[in-house]
Amino acid sequence: MAPPAQSQRSPSPSQPSGKGEVSDLKSQLRQLAGSRAPGIDDSKRELFKKVISYMTVGIDVSSLFGEMVMCSATSDIVLKKMCYLYVGNYAKVNPDLALLTINFLQRDCKDEDPMIRGLALRSLCSLRVANLVEYLVGPLGSGLKDNNNYVRTVAVMGVLKLYHISASTCVDADFPAMLKHSMLNDSDAQVVANCLSALQEIWSSEASSSEEASREREALLSKPVVYYFLNRIKEFSEWAQCLVLELVGKYVPSETSEIFDIMNLLEDRLQHANGAVVLATIKVFLQLTLSMTDVHQQVYERIKAPLLTLVSSGSPEQSYAVLSHLHLLVMRAPFIFSSDYKHFYCQYNEPSYVKKLKLEMLTAVANESNTYEIVTELCEYAANVDIPIARESIRAVGKIALQQYDVNAIVDRLLQFLEMEKDYVTAEALVLVKDLLRKYPQWSQDCIAVVGNISSKNIQEPKAKAALIWMLGEYSQDMHDAPYILESLIENWEDEHSAEVRLHLLTAVMKCFFKRPPETQKALGAALAAGLADFHQDVHDRALFYYRLLQYNVSVAQRVVDPPKQAVSVFADTQSSEIKDRIFDEFNSLSVVYQKPSYMFTDKEHRGPFEFSDELGHLSIGAESTGTVVPAQRVEANDKDLLLSVSEKEESGGPSNNASAYSAPSYDGSSVSAAASSQMLSELAISSVTGHASQSSLAIDDLLGLGLPVAPAPAPSPPLLKLNSKAVLDPGTFQQKWRQLPISLSQEYSVSPRGVAALTAPQALLRHMQGHSIHCIASGGQSPNYKFFFFAQKAEESSTFLVECIINTSSAKAQIKIKADDQSASEAFSTLFQSALSEFGLP
Amino acid sequence: MISQFFVLSQRGDNIVFRDYRGEVQKGSAEIFFRKVKFWKEDGDGDAPPIFNVDGVNYFHVKVAGLLFVATTRVNVSPSLVLELLQRIARVIKDYLGVLNEDSLRKNFVLVYELLDEVIDFGYVETTSTEVLKSYVFNEPIVVDVARLPSLGPAGIFMQGTKRMPGTAVTKSVVANEPGGRKREEIFVDIIEKISVTFSSSGYILTSEIDGTIQMKSYLTGNPEIRLALNDDLSIGRGGRSIYDYGSSYGSGAVILDDCNFHESVHLDSFEDDRTLTLVPPDGEFPVMNYRMTQEFKPPFRINTLIEEAGPLKAEVILKVRAEFSSSITANTILVQMPLPTYTTRVSFELEPGAVGNTTDFKEANKRLEWGLKKIVGGSEHTLRAKLTFSQESHGNIVKESGPVSMTFTIPMYNASRLQVKYLQIAKKAKNDNLYRWVRYVTQANSYVARL
Repeated sequence: MAPPAQSQRSPSPSQPSGKGEVSDLKSQLRQLAGSRAPGIDDSKRELFKKVISYMTVGIDVSSLFGEMVMCSATSDIVLKKMCYLYVGNYAKVNPDLALLTINFLQRDCKDEDPMIRGLALRSLCSLRVANLVEYLVGPLGSGLKDNNNYVRTVAVMGVLKLYHISASTCVDADFPAMLKHSMLNDSDAQVVANCLSALQEIWSSEASSSEEASREREALLSKPVVYYFLNRIKEFSEWAQCLVLELVGKYVPSETSEIFDIMNLLEDRLQHANGAVVLATIKVFLQLTLSMTDVHQQVYERIKAPLLTLVSSGSPEQSYAVLSHLHLLVMRAPFIFSSDYKHFYCQYNEPSYVKKLKLEMLTAVANESNTYEIVTELCEYAANVDIPIARESIRAVGKIALQQYDVNAIVDRLLQFLEMEKDYVTAEALVLVKDLLRKYPQWSQDCIAVVGNISSKNIQEPKAKAALIWMLGEYSQDMHDAPYILESLIENWEDEHSAEVRLHLLTAVMKCFFKRPPETQKALGAALAAGLADFHQDVHDRALFYYRLLQYNVSVAQRVVDPPKQAVSVFADTQSSEIKDRIFDEFNSLSVVYQKPSYMFTDKEHRGPFEFSDELGHLSIGAESTGTVVPAQRVEANDKDLLLSVSEKEESGGPSNNASAYSAPSYDGSSVSAAASSQMLSELAISSVTGHASQSSLAIDDLLGLGLPVAPAPAPSPPLLKLNSKAVLDPGTFQQKWRQLPISLSQEYSVSPRGVAALTAPQALLRHMQGHSIHCIASGGQSPNYKFFFFAQKAEESSTFLVECIINTSSAKAQIKIKADDQSASEAFSTLFQSALSEFGLP
Repeated sequence: MISQFFVLSQRGDNIVFRDYRGEVQKGSAEIFFRKVKFWKEDGDGDAPPIFNVDGVNYFHVKVAGLLFVATTRVNVSPSLVLELLQRIARVIKDYLGVLNEDSLRKNFVLVYELLDEVIDFGYVETTSTEVLKSYVFNEPIVVDVARLPSLGPAGIFMQGTKRMPGTAVTKSVVANEPGGRKREEIFVDIIEKISVTFSSSGYILTSEIDGTIQMKSYLTGNPEIRLALNDDLSIGRGGRSIYDYGSSYGSGAVILDDCNFHESVHLDSFEDDRTLTLVPPDGEFPVMNYRMTQEFKPPFRINTLIEEAGPLKAEVILKVRAEFSSSITANTILVQMPLPTYTTRVSFELEPGAVGNTTDFKEANKRLEWGLKKIVGGSEHTLRAKLTFSQESHGNIVKESGPVSMTFTIPMYNASRLQVKYLQIAKKAKNDNLYRWVRYVTQANSYVARL
């Protein structure tokens, strides 16, 4: 329902056009500033209100800064608040004037009333003026220790604000450590929650430059911290609970029993009325059980009902957000939801973005037992007044037909669509019938009979027209009128605007010619002539190609243009499974709503809580097969710094053609071919088998070595470390381990000038390190910055080393971070790594 | 974490605008509004509640004809932000009594004050009206309710039931009554939205009840409250498929598919005696949301007959029968039916003596609309419509029209038979003027009969 339309544009805060009003306000404020008359606060309030309302509608009232500050000497808290709001809004553009406010804000920070202290501190930190930060440190320090929890919550956020104005001031004042202390000791849950938010932000942004910060960030995910939060979860507000759950979602428990403990503890969060809490809990459940197939499936069963309840309660907007997540789960495991299909039926009054999701879900869950009902329902939507949805529904019927074994009934319905005489219905149905025929050629008789009755004049949409023409060409022997229909279409060549249709027309008339030469010859000639004269490059080229082919040899031409068709068994999926997994990893984020991984729509510094997986994902992941691994293909990631020049691509592609290496995700959405990804799976399976084999042979070695003295205890030189040259690790495990393990060593080496010169592309180093049994799992970057993730395994045991190595060729420095299962050996490994690296570039 | 929050009027004016982090450009409100406006004009339907323009994510919810918007560059949890926007709207409503453009404009300073406490640097601090009370000092300027059309679920109680003091639910939680003393009262509303799809033969294809027990407390001193529901209430349909309408129909047991609860609710004795215990916070909040697919008796039956009456003519007969007790009256009923696109003219014929009926043919989207002010339980109403076509219909008129949909509100009726048996307020010193209101209402969500 609409609020009553206002006759004039907004009567209460009138919108001034000129500057007159502002200068008017200025003089009024001046008058009030000095006055101490009774009731003055009320007049001030009115004036302040006006100022703020101007500010809201976007009128620049920054020229009143001085007057506003003068008027702010008041004990009236409402006035103070308005003044703070004003100052916070304009201080950034008026840094000099902002200095004027420091005085009274600092004084208020020491007020007796905690409310005033808190408000003043918040405003002080909201000034966002870099040269005023020195004034913040003192009040923030005392704010963090204030005995009032309101002041403390404000102070914690104040620290974060300070960090964004001047990170060094914040770190130098040791505020992060103070926040950490408060986080683990404060009695007030909101203070604790704010500390967590602030620290996550600060440490994440520091982690790239400071080793300590990255350790601290990882410590947030350590068992004691996570358990500390979990045990208090009910003390937190629902919003803070979301924060805690987000943290827990990233925690990797070491034992299975932990997983069940956490899930049991959080079970009742699934009954929360706040959808955000429920989804955050679901994310925890899904993440924790990823490696336990059975339990993971039970989780799906468990979360079904709460999700459905959230979808149907709350506002349409909230229900859309939840539905997007349900959609993701349904697409991942349609069989689990196959009996719930009725929940995905569309309601007539739902917005189309909801209907679209539901149609996709209906398509996904269709199986032998429910197809009939689903298709019946979808057919109802085909007559819908909402035309885009009607189209989607028809497409959905088609998709179901393509994924089912028994399509008998569905084909009948599609054919009924063709007879409905609504142009868009016919158009959609034609496209589907074409796809259907490519998969099920056995239905051609029935379809052709119906398609033959459709007048091509009634079809305007290029896609539909192209589909009809394809069928005319493909089945010209069965469609009596085919040559004549094609002929009439060719006569109107000039009026056909779509190049796609003209291309199809050329091909169809060729096919028709091979089957019924005498009837088609004339049309073919006309088509080739028109095609050769076509202004569209592709159409022209195709016509020329056909023409020369026919000139050369007609039977060869037939073999080329009209070979016997093989039925298509599977149509390519539009989204690669890599991308889908990526989105699943980012459950409970916008990625799910947009159906895109976060790197596709956010810039780097705003990725939020998914930094790590992004880092790794941005690099190409080279899975390995035999001994020699060369990443032959490259990911075309969105980020410029990962794009390799063509020459580099060819260079690395050339010599290593028969090395089987894959770039894992194809991020531009054009999908990794199904064959490649399935091959990759089997590859991984094989390599894990060899991994087991080598482990078992190691066990035998061990057995033989039994009784022998262990390595000589006091070794003056670093203990000799032997690496397994055939070490195997899949990217998933790498990622998990990287998240789990602490950094055991972090160093910076110099790279020899020789090495720098040799490092023209990441591949060069990979091959080299491979020779030293240090394997690369992901790499990327271009001159001067390269980034690598390596791993290695001890020869005697399955203890793994993980290395992140950043090489800057202009400074000739390599920064490495080592994580290890056996931390005591990381020193030795580092030496080994360094010596391997130093040999790089030697002839 | 959000970057900005703002409220726009239907015309796109900023009513309040708060920038928390300075990460998103100032013109975001304009960019947003233009996008939403053109989404529809481009023929893609309504803009989705979440979209991304140049790296900025825009979230919005529509409340009382206003757009509540948040922006951020971070990949946040979408339900968190949407829930937050909804909650901010509710807090504002708690304070202002009535939420609409007028009340918001009159109280924008108060709203800024609230926003400062609800969110700090983009992070949610609290959305509890109760907690906020101690930080917020502006007094709401109450707008005159009587002149305004009622909005939101509370509004539905204004008509059709004389027992309710109409203004109570539009009362601010902080403003004092004109008489000075606050009235001690508590409202418990059982609001059910029902969805039914009838097949062309009148068989129920799907049905669902989405219910909420909503509470709004004006009690001082935060007493504990016990809310007892039906004894035979059970939750979860076990291993059975939820669409297996078993023998439960008519046996009296109320079986919910699932439900969730507000965080203040204690479920300690829920298993034993179906009692919810809670200390209600100030302001309006849902105690419990529930969902039910158990079969129930639909309140209305719709009968449609379409007959060709010549080459360019047809007649539609719509019959609506109210299948509930005659002591109950439904109100604001609207029956709609899309007609064939080649319909040019429609003439209507109502039953003799029909009052409070409106009929209309919406030329633009070729829709028939039949409005009825009220329908008393047990009665039947008929509408005859004569259609004139611009062309001969080749196919089936039935296929080209429908489905018939219906919206309505039925006060003091709930389809699920879920009941609040009693509402107990823990001992209060002066019980003399303590008011408790338990109210039921059923609304149509998607009530559709296919042809």
